[in-house]
Amino acid sequence: MEKWYLMTAAVLLGLTVRWTVSLNSYSGAGKPPMFGDYEAQRHWQEITFNLPIKQWYFNSSDNNLQYWGLDYPPLTAYHSFLCAYVAKFINPDWIALHSSRGYESQAHKLFMRATVLIADLLIYIPAVVLYCCCLKEISTKKKIATALCILLYPGLILIDYGHFQYNSVSLGFALWGILGVSYDWDLLGSLAFCLAINYKQMELYHSLPFFCFLLGKCFKKGLKGKGLVLLIKLACTVVASFILCWLPFFTEREQTLQVLRRLFPVDRGLFEDKVANIWCSFSVFFKIRDILPHHIQIMISFCFTFLSLLPACIKLTLHPSPKGFRFTLVSCALSFFLFSFQVHEKSILLVSLPVCLVLSEIPFMSTWFLLVSTFSMLPLLLKDELLMPSVVTVMAFFIACATSFSIFEKTSEEELQLKCFSTSVRKYFTCFTFLPRIIQHLFLMSVITMILLTTMTVTLDPPQKLPDLFAVLVCFVSCLHFLFFLVYFTIIIMWDSKTGRSQKKIS
Amino acid sequence: MAAFGIATGGSNWFSALALGVTLLKCLLIPTYHSTDFEVHRNWLAITHSLPISQWYYEATSEWTLDYPPFFAWFEYALSHVAKYFDQEMLNVRNLNYSSSRTLLFQRFSVIFTDALFVYAVHECCKCIDGKKAGKELTEKPKFILSALLLWNFGLLIVDHIHFQYNGFLSGLMLLSIARFFQKRHMEGAFLFAVLLHFKHIYLYVAPAYGVYLLRSYCFTANKQDGSIRWNSFSFVRLISLGLIVFLVSALSLGPFLALNQLPQVFSRLFPFKRGLCHAYWAPNFWALYSAFDKVLSVIGPRGFLRCLILCALSSFMFGWHVHEKAILLAVLPMSLLSVGKAVDASIFLILTTTGHYSLFPLLFTAPELPIKIILMLLFTIYSISSLKTLFRKEKPLFNWMETFYLLGLGPLEVFCEFVFPFTSWNLKYPFIPLLLTSVYCAVGITYAWLKLYVSVLIDPPVGKTKKQ
Repeated sequence: MEKWYLMTAAVLLGLTVRWTVSLNSYSGAGKPPMFGDYEAQRHWQEITFNLPIKQWYFNSSDNNLQYWGLDYPPLTAYHSFLCAYVAKFINPDWIALHSSRGYESQAHKLFMRATVLIADLLIYIPAVVLYCCCLKEISTKKKIATALCILLYPGLILIDYGHFQYNSVSLGFALWGILGVSYDWDLLGSLAFCLAINYKQMELYHSLPFFCFLLGKCFKKGLKGKGLVLLIKLACTVVASFILCWLPFFTEREQTLQVLRRLFPVDRGLFEDKVANIWCSFSVFFKIRDILPHHIQIMISFCFTFLSLLPACIKLTLHPSPKGFRFTLVSCALSFFLFSFQVHEKSILLVSLPVCLVLSEIPFMSTWFLLVSTFSMLPLLLKDELLMPSVVTVMAFFIACATSFSIFEKTSEEELQLKCFSTSVRKYFTCFTFLPRIIQHLFLMSVITMILLTTMTVTLDPPQKLPDLFAVLVCFVSCLHFLFFLVYFTIIIMWDSKTGRSQKKIS
Repeated sequence: MAAFGIATGGSNWFSALALGVTLLKCLLIPTYHSTDFEVHRNWLAITHSLPISQWYYEATSEWTLDYPPFFAWFEYALSHVAKYFDQEMLNVRNLNYSSSRTLLFQRFSVIFTDALFVYAVHECCKCIDGKKAGKELTEKPKFILSALLLWNFGLLIVDHIHFQYNGFLSGLMLLSIARFFQKRHMEGAFLFAVLLHFKHIYLYVAPAYGVYLLRSYCFTANKQDGSIRWNSFSFVRLISLGLIVFLVSALSLGPFLALNQLPQVFSRLFPFKRGLCHAYWAPNFWALYSAFDKVLSVIGPRGFLRCLILCALSSFMFGWHVHEKAILLAVLPMSLLSVGKAVDASIFLILTTTGHYSLFPLLFTAPELPIKIILMLLFTIYSISSLKTLFRKEKPLFNWMETFYLLGLGPLEVFCEFVFPFTSWNLKYPFIPLLLTSVYCAVGITYAWLKLYVSVLIDPPVGKTKKQ
């Protein structure tokens, strides 16, 4: 592409920000006995390297599942094994069975951070670059700007390179899946997405849109001919990829069941810790976790989740389109985040990825959402002493988006993709013209609230009777934002295809 | 909302570039810092805790005050802010004190004082004519110049990782150059005089200033062919320039003259014996001697700029105890020339790429390795590609030899940092990577120097000055 050097500059800038953030602290640094996610990943390298596969997910004297037992699907385990193999060459003390528990050193931190960077560089970043290069109907400069903004998204950087996780692997695979499926490389796309699911089971949040989109494609091609062939091919691809990933665990029924038990811990309750979803916010007023029995909790969360995402998914199946697919990914993931079981605050990244993909279409709302998603993880980031990198990366992201897309000039109804909706509403309320202004004011209030809450959390001490006051406030405010965004994205999906059809009829 | 929109709109690319690099500097806060950090902490302590009469005598720490008095006053001013961060850093006896608050304060002081550099870049952009520009923002010379200066790799790693205050000092120099372009000679002279009393290393380029001011400011008019009109000499101007230099020096050295401490101050600033001092200046002067003739007929601010760069480079080549950081003295002004002509762009790129690579040994710690490689790639790829795009209608910027040489930096880096440390020679001859780096870069820098020299000698006189 022309101006390839600007795209290279954008990627290099993204890498610089990532590595400089990684110079800061990580989750659980210097906090025995449990430490944090960093120690969990190191421990998994220890387990997968020293123990035979059959023991990876089972409780034993060598593998105490209470101390960071493996709770991700096999692909994570294989990745840990690969990293452990490299670690053995550099310093076997890092992964020595039992004796390496809680190992912390500057060299080890460098190694761990490097593994994140390499995984990112190999999987996530190429996907982002390819996605932006393939965007249609926008100039090269805008493509590069989109790539820069996506690569500067603070949430992913802070969690992967600060807190320490490997979300870029699963999100990268999912993005490859989205790319494949959007450009009619259905088999490769589904393979990539299966790899994503087999890396982190939370990717199941994205599975329904994939399923509906591909099903819709099959219907369109006609279930009696090509459609059926495609359906069978897809089914085979999915089954084959699952078998390939789970092969060592399919030998015994007990193995498979144990892994499933580790992946889906239904005994752990509706939510854990503070998370910006409905149940946690609801429990501020009504202690739902303690009052209702377990199976009722599961039922309620199941019902709410599916009720909120069903309209969009049905629409996608009936009218499959790449644009509809992207927006349905957002609303589905958001529904799951808000209403599902055992959601962690980091799962907001699963919503952030599809929102990044629609950044070029609705820059204003996407930027707003991505800022709120980072803000919702504030308690976690403060616990890891990542205040300075958080503030800096959020400001950098905001400046990049504001300069690239001139977001404050794009708040008209048409640019917010709400034209059809507003027209429909104006049939009943002719004075409904103030939507852009309301949204602008809401944005201003939202930013002020977020800045205020951040300042308060950092500078003030919470009252003694309510030690979690600020964390709960952050979650509550974020939850309200997310509900608003859920409504917004659902409106776009539902009203968009309607006008698409009616416009075709008119013309 | 509209006002906010205009403020952050796409037309304000300069603010975006400046803010962006400032945020990057904030991210570099937790990186490795060199002993220069302790040097400046010590100077904060000295100027804060001790009376003026002790400043140039204090020697508790090995890092004694060896910059001119204005810098000492600068540290004194900073120390009044420092006391709100961590009072302990201002204790002269707290050697190597580096609490997190101290680190935060010091790093922020560098970032904050860089505001002067940003302002200077803004002024320099005004001096570039955009005639060669396309409509595309990223191809405008102003944009490229701003990016090359604000995001200069050398400045970033020397100031914000290694730790120094070159940002605002370079800002003063660039501002004085910009003032010459804007025909505000008195201001330019004043700024340079002030700069000299901040860091005396800028004496290297003082001849350029002296000759230019004499030639283009004191002689108010030229003959038709561009040579000097001897009867247009203005004593008033000469005296006013002298007055400026005198007043600034009086302000700086006055207090120490009153305390009879001038010899001590000079011994700190120029730490060699008399003989070596002369020897130090001789090759420098010799190198410039043959250029002075030509220099006297090279007029206009552009000619001055070339002369300045030549001075800076020559002193880098032949000077005594020159630090590799001094290459920045030549690189930053050269950026101004690089967006003007293709020849200058080519020289600039060779000089900058090798000069920046020669700074690599400054950052030898493992966590900083990816940063220096990624930032170097960023700056190099951007500078080469953007200048190539700007001058795409003229002949290519590099011949095959130059391309080969620049590409050779890649394998050199791989060998020095990744291969050599694991070989058996590492124990016996650990200096080899440094040696190779220095020699390889010396080739490039010498080549750039020669090319610049030749272009100054061959080129016709640059433009004519208007009547002042």
